Amino acid sequence: MSTPLLSFTNKGIYCAQADVFIDPWQPVHKALVTHAHSDHARMGSRKYLAHDQSKEVLKLRLGDDIQLQTVKYNQPLSINGVKISFHPAGHVPGSAQIRLEYKAQTWVVSGDYKLEDDGFTIPFEPVKCTHFVTESTFGLPVFNWRPQSEVIEGINRWWLANKAEGKTSLIAAYALGKAQRIIQALDHSIGPVFVHGAIHNVNEALHRNGIKQKPTTLVTPEIAKEAYKGALIIAPGSALGTSWTRRFQPFAIAQVSGWMNIRGIKKRRGSHQGFVLSDHADWKGLVQAVKWSQAENIYVTHGYKSVFSRWLREQGWNADEVETLYEGELSEGESGTQV
Amino acid sequence: MKEFAQLFLDLENTSSTNKKVELFRKYFSKSSDQDKLWALALFSHKRPKSIINTRQLREIVLGITGLEPWLFEESYSVVGDLAETLNLVLPSASRPVEQSLSYWIDFLVSTRPLEEADKKKKISEALDAMTKPERFVFLKLMTGGFRVGVSKTLVLKALGQYLEVDPATLAHRTMGNWSPDTTTFRELLMSTNQDEDLSKPYPFYLAYALEGSPQDLGMLQDWQVEWKWDGIRSQLIVREGRLALWSRGEELITDKFPEFEPLAFSMPSGTVIDGELLPVKDGKPLPFALLQKRIGRKNLTKRILNDVPASIRAYDLLEFDGKDLRRVPLSERRNILKGLVEEVGSTILQLSEEVRAEDWAALDKLQEGSRSKMAEGFMLKRKSSPYQSGRKKGDWWKWKIDPMTIDAVMVYAQKGHGKRADLYSDYTLAVWNEGELVPFAKAYSGLTDKELTEVSRFVRNNTREKFGPVRTVTPELVFEVAFEGIQLSTRHKSGVAVRFPRIHRWRKDKKAEEANSLTDLKDLLTQYGEQ
Ligand SMILES: [Zn+2]
Ligand SMILES: [Zn+2]
Repeated sequence: MSTPLLSFTNKGIYCAQADVFIDPWQPVHKALVTHAHSDHARMGSRKYLAHDQSKEVLKLRLGDDIQLQTVKYNQPLSINGVKISFHPAGHVPGSAQIRLEYKAQTWVVSGDYKLEDDGFTIPFEPVKCTHFVTESTFGLPVFNWRPQSEVIEGINRWWLANKAEGKTSLIAAYALGKAQRIIQALDHSIGPVFVHGAIHNVNEALHRNGIKQKPTTLVTPEIAKEAYKGALIIAPGSALGTSWTRRFQPFAIAQVSGWMNIRGIKKRRGSHQGFVLSDHADWKGLVQAVKWSQAENIYVTHGYKSVFSRWLREQGWNADEVETLYEGELSEGESGTQV
Repeated sequence: MKEFAQLFLDLENTSSTNKKVELFRKYFSKSSDQDKLWALALFSHKRPKSIINTRQLREIVLGITGLEPWLFEESYSVVGDLAETLNLVLPSASRPVEQSLSYWIDFLVSTRPLEEADKKKKISEALDAMTKPERFVFLKLMTGGFRVGVSKTLVLKALGQYLEVDPATLAHRTMGNWSPDTTTFRELLMSTNQDEDLSKPYPFYLAYALEGSPQDLGMLQDWQVEWKWDGIRSQLIVREGRLALWSRGEELITDKFPEFEPLAFSMPSGTVIDGELLPVKDGKPLPFALLQKRIGRKNLTKRILNDVPASIRAYDLLEFDGKDLRRVPLSERRNILKGLVEEVGSTILQLSEEVRAEDWAALDKLQEGSRSKMAEGFMLKRKSSPYQSGRKKGDWWKWKIDPMTIDAVMVYAQKGHGKRADLYSDYTLAVWNEGELVPFAKAYSGLTDKELTEVSRFVRNNTREKFGPVRTVTPELVFEVAFEGIQLSTRHKSGVAVRFPRIHRWRKDKKAEEANSLTDLKDLLTQYGEQ
């Protein structure tokens, strides 16, 4: 058997033939980045390669001065004989599965992904390979997502009900991905939509990247309190529970996350409304992606990796769990605040 | 069922008591008498008698979903609630039909006499006929545990508003052993009939923990001070020559304590005493654990009756001569109680002694003696107070002693269940002994969510080894562990066992080397150890 093209090192996933790392968690010479979430795109590497749509957000988060090269989806480049290409992962704008081909081996590193078309992010495309590195954030059969349209309808109804009670609606969501997905899908005829600075910055960056979005207003001290009555505010989870929210009183809070699927977790985060919506694949989605990849070798990273890899092995795959420092969908939504 | 399931969801989405009362009031005004009665029963921890065991229930769901049993158990350990896990793995219903809460309860009851196979078939058909929220309630009816942070007092408040009846009256009417099978909504709640069940207890008056300093309560002379005993809060009732013993959890425990039977003759009829049921031998209280062990026994042997004899420390007198004394001031109730206990003259019924001190400061000193008396501190009761129902602030307070604490190093971490399934919240803690860390307690974290997230990240980045769900971590973090009691133990490597260990706070200011030692722990043992 030939040596594996990729190896799992204490700095990240490494391709020795091309001398590149994928989503390294320590500074390296060359980093390929699946997407701009802070646990996948970390500071300090010399050179970065990412998808076009990640460009502005990466600069926002890692610094304007980073050495960044970007590519389009399905546009291969070659490094020391390794054919490298980026393919839509459907997770957040600019998110990619990274494909590396050398001799008889084809590896795909999925980063984070979801299968549902959210109407905003370029949807997931299956990529055939011999080795598939998958996430497993929601790798338990208790995670079964409802269609986005149904969830959004629930959010619209909640917003309307709050408005009728004279309340402002506050939504906690990730600054990159979830926030924009909700903004795009909401029924803006119900009322005005405001955003927290962290989300506004990401929106602006995506805008510079040529991604069109529905208009929102940045929350600033100059805006009169009355303007928020019946409005909907989107903010990262960390901003809620701080004095920043005082101006919206009276208000109702909703959390939008895959974790809201579990009552206990939802309760821990206060007695708020919870909506189950995630940018990660659910159980069926993970299984589907593995099947589509047609890979014989599956490497399971962050999430319920021991459960998911055991299940895959029992179904006949050659599956292993891999230790990484990726954090999955954190329930606190903190990666959204580091902008 | 739709309304009841919705009530359940709505209750979880609010923390406002007023809003919860309003939700219940709305529910009561919309639903049938039979549904109302069942709702009240379920929120009073009564449910239809066992229909099916959890093994069979699992088999039904695994049969429908085709899931591997181990995969289901993994999921259950993350979700932390069986009914919820079953509900989450099931596919959406293919033919939902709308039926009432009592319809589904009757349905379940009707399956009780069936053979296992038929029962399973009927239940799996039902599972396919409900929306997800309804199915959750349906599963909960079989697994039990309707915990949604709703007290019975709150439900009764809403019911009181709806029926325009004083909630305290309703509280009394709904005490005891009723079940929707044996009564109706009207009979239970709206009959003003005085011929009520002879064994019926009064709602317990419960105290809150004291906030701030006792000095703020005013003059010490206005307060009755008693030791706070660690037993089972109970009501002892003698009416028409029959004795009944109720625990605070509204459980009739007369049969578990035959030693009280003679009191049926020596106490006057129409007497209700509120007191603490304690294991007491030769005048000294025994550890509470022994009493729990005794209650858990199926058969009460002579030996256990001899080893762990029970007695009542009387706090209060709620009924005397058949008259409800709850409006009478505490000082007067206490006087009558004193006379009664003397008259009965039995070792198994004793007055809970009053603690006397010059002033609050002197009392504070006396409180230090709590542990050696096997008490948890003091109860402070305003002498002029009536006996109220439920947990109320103002007249009664618990003034508990501070727990014992030790600074210990985290050596293992494990993810939590349910609420904390995504975070490392269960830690094994160790103290130093000759340069080695010796584990002595496993504690559930009492940290804030922010701290928990931080610790979880530390665990992920500092894992040394993994054994199933347990991770060995670099011994770096120091936590202050609090506990209520300490005992010698041969089962623990450290040689001591602590009671109710929990994490008080994260000592970010301390390095691992600065944590306490086994010697410190053993000092606590000699000082306060339970023999
Ligand atoms: Zn991500
Ligand atoms: Zn990730």
